[in-house]
Amino acid sequence: MKILVFVKVTPDTAATVKVDEAGNVTWGDAPLVLNPWDEYAVEAALQTKEAHGGSVTVVSMGDESALEAIRRALAMGCNDAIRIEDPALAEDDSLSTAKVLKAVVEKIGDVDMVFFGRQAIDGDTGLTPPQTARLLGWPYIGLVAAFREIDPDGGQFTAERTIEEGRQVLSSRLPAVVSVAKDFGEPRYPSFMGIRKAARAKVPVWSLADLGLEAPAVKVRLPELQNPPKREVVCEFIEGDTPEEIAEKLADKILAEKVL
Amino acid sequence: MDFALTQEHKMVVDMVRKFAAEAVPIIREYDRKHEPAPLLPRMAELGILGVGIPVKYGGQGLDYISLGLVCEELEYADSTLRVVMAVHMGLCAQTIFHWGTEEQKQQYLVPLAQGEKIGCGAFTEPGHGSDFAHIQMSARREGDYYILNGEKMWISLATLADYAIVTARTNPEAEKPHRGLSTFIVDLHSPGIKRGDIKGKLGVRAGSTGWIAFQDVKVPVENRLGEEGEGFKITMSAFDRGRYTVASGAVGLIRAALDASVRYARERETFGVPIGRHQLIKQKIARMARDYEMGRLLYLEAGWQMNQGLRATRTTSMAKWFATEAAFQAANDAVQIHGAYGFSDEYDVERFFRNARGSIIYEGSSEIHTLIQADYALGYRRDKPLRVELPPYDPEAWQEEL
Repeated sequence: MKILVFVKVTPDTAATVKVDEAGNVTWGDAPLVLNPWDEYAVEAALQTKEAHGGSVTVVSMGDESALEAIRRALAMGCNDAIRIEDPALAEDDSLSTAKVLKAVVEKIGDVDMVFFGRQAIDGDTGLTPPQTARLLGWPYIGLVAAFREIDPDGGQFTAERTIEEGRQVLSSRLPAVVSVAKDFGEPRYPSFMGIRKAARAKVPVWSLADLGLEAPAVKVRLPELQNPPKREVVCEFIEGDTPEEIAEKLADKILAEKVL
Repeated sequence: MDFALTQEHKMVVDMVRKFAAEAVPIIREYDRKHEPAPLLPRMAELGILGVGIPVKYGGQGLDYISLGLVCEELEYADSTLRVVMAVHMGLCAQTIFHWGTEEQKQQYLVPLAQGEKIGCGAFTEPGHGSDFAHIQMSARREGDYYILNGEKMWISLATLADYAIVTARTNPEAEKPHRGLSTFIVDLHSPGIKRGDIKGKLGVRAGSTGWIAFQDVKVPVENRLGEEGEGFKITMSAFDRGRYTVASGAVGLIRAALDASVRYARERETFGVPIGRHQLIKQKIARMARDYEMGRLLYLEAGWQMNQGLRATRTTSMAKWFATEAAFQAANDAVQIHGAYGFSDEYDVERFFRNARGSIIYEGSSEIHTLIQADYALGYRRDKPLRVELPPYDPEAWQEEL
């Protein structure tokens, strides 16, 4: 199987992200990491390769900082990598990104499956995976928690997706785009052999010209960014002689506050 | 001069840091129970037990600096994890790598570096630690075997290891006692071996520290490391390797004490301000920050020396001496900063404090390192070339896949 996994570099989850005085988003000197949701996508892609053979190519769009994400995915076991960078992509939105990613899939050719994380922890839209699928004209299954069956020869697969009520089982044809949910299972650690390989990897860079694309129009405009208002959080310990008494007081409190 | 870590180093740090963070809750539980935490299989699975050994001998092909960085990350979580590297890798695997024959490397080093077998170093005896030249354990030659009798004490991983590097007296008549010693690779599952864990330790409570008794244990001649009578030199070079891991680990403990203290000093308020605003708290934090940087530079220099094939005995001793004392000071200060909370195991600094104390004693007490450093400075001591030198780091050769 020819498998692609699209990943993004994001600020570390522990970073304090805020809007600075100039109106720009900043996370100080916090490190950039592979988007945590994408780790599940890489894990799912690697498990699919291990079960059905083939290769996993990791693709990321961005400047050299994207190499952090790419190297992490390579160290986990991806076979090779491509980075997409072009000055014309300095501004983007999920749709313009999806247009670029569609072109990547088509340039690589004969791709069986495309994996995404459920969303990126920075923009948090979760729109790029379905938009990419729509542009490709491929089926999309979001929030995949497990695969029941993948039949590359028969050109179909069955996946369980996470929904509020539990699991939904869907079958679809291949090629397809999927986004992967946390329920898929803990992403593997990078191996030391993977680290050695990733540290030395020369990652090819594709520009828009390499993809035969004009700069896609950016539809989403962000005229102004603001920090959310600060919320005062008060911590109150509910006391009582027995757990039952504490629970009763807590229930009364919840009802009084109209939480329930 | 280049102070930057390589991409490979940074990724190794990230990976081991993640493992160490996940191990902390397990460590806390087992430290409190005073039982060895069951973390060796996971360390083996992740390849951590093979850092510092070439790929062709089952290792990860990562350099000596990587080993130091790994130890720093492990001891950031708990000394127990770093102790594993000190004895399994430093005292055992790297000593076989340094002194072993090709056959010994294939038979013993490969499974150790792959994490299939666990190693330790059995040197200290109930009556002899720093005075190593006068150890009592005997190894009597009988045909194709040596017969080992005696007891080793304060051996980390004593009850968990499969193999031990053991030094014993082969020539009681030697004019100078240290010339009568030889070193062996011993299968700890051999008949005549009994072992147990020591209870009631001040620190490293989530790890195994024990004793190993040898009664008429037959060790094949081909298991002797180096020449007969070379045991003292081999043991001292094993100590160099072990001390390197202790030094780098202690630097991790300083960083752990520093991070915990900074976190607490920003949160805890007295006299209407966070305690970090008080000068005497600042002094403690500043000392930790200073010692972290100094200790790190020292061990990285030692790692660089080993990579280059330079003798690192002096730097390693200096790094171990400085970092372990600074770690104890840092942990003590961290407890003080935490006030009464630092006195309970609700906060990790209590565990750091107990753990930090031991490393001032083992792998050469501070007194021994003081004498070593004085003798180097005074010109009373100099490193003579060894019959076999520690292999330098050669990325191409070390990472060559079989």
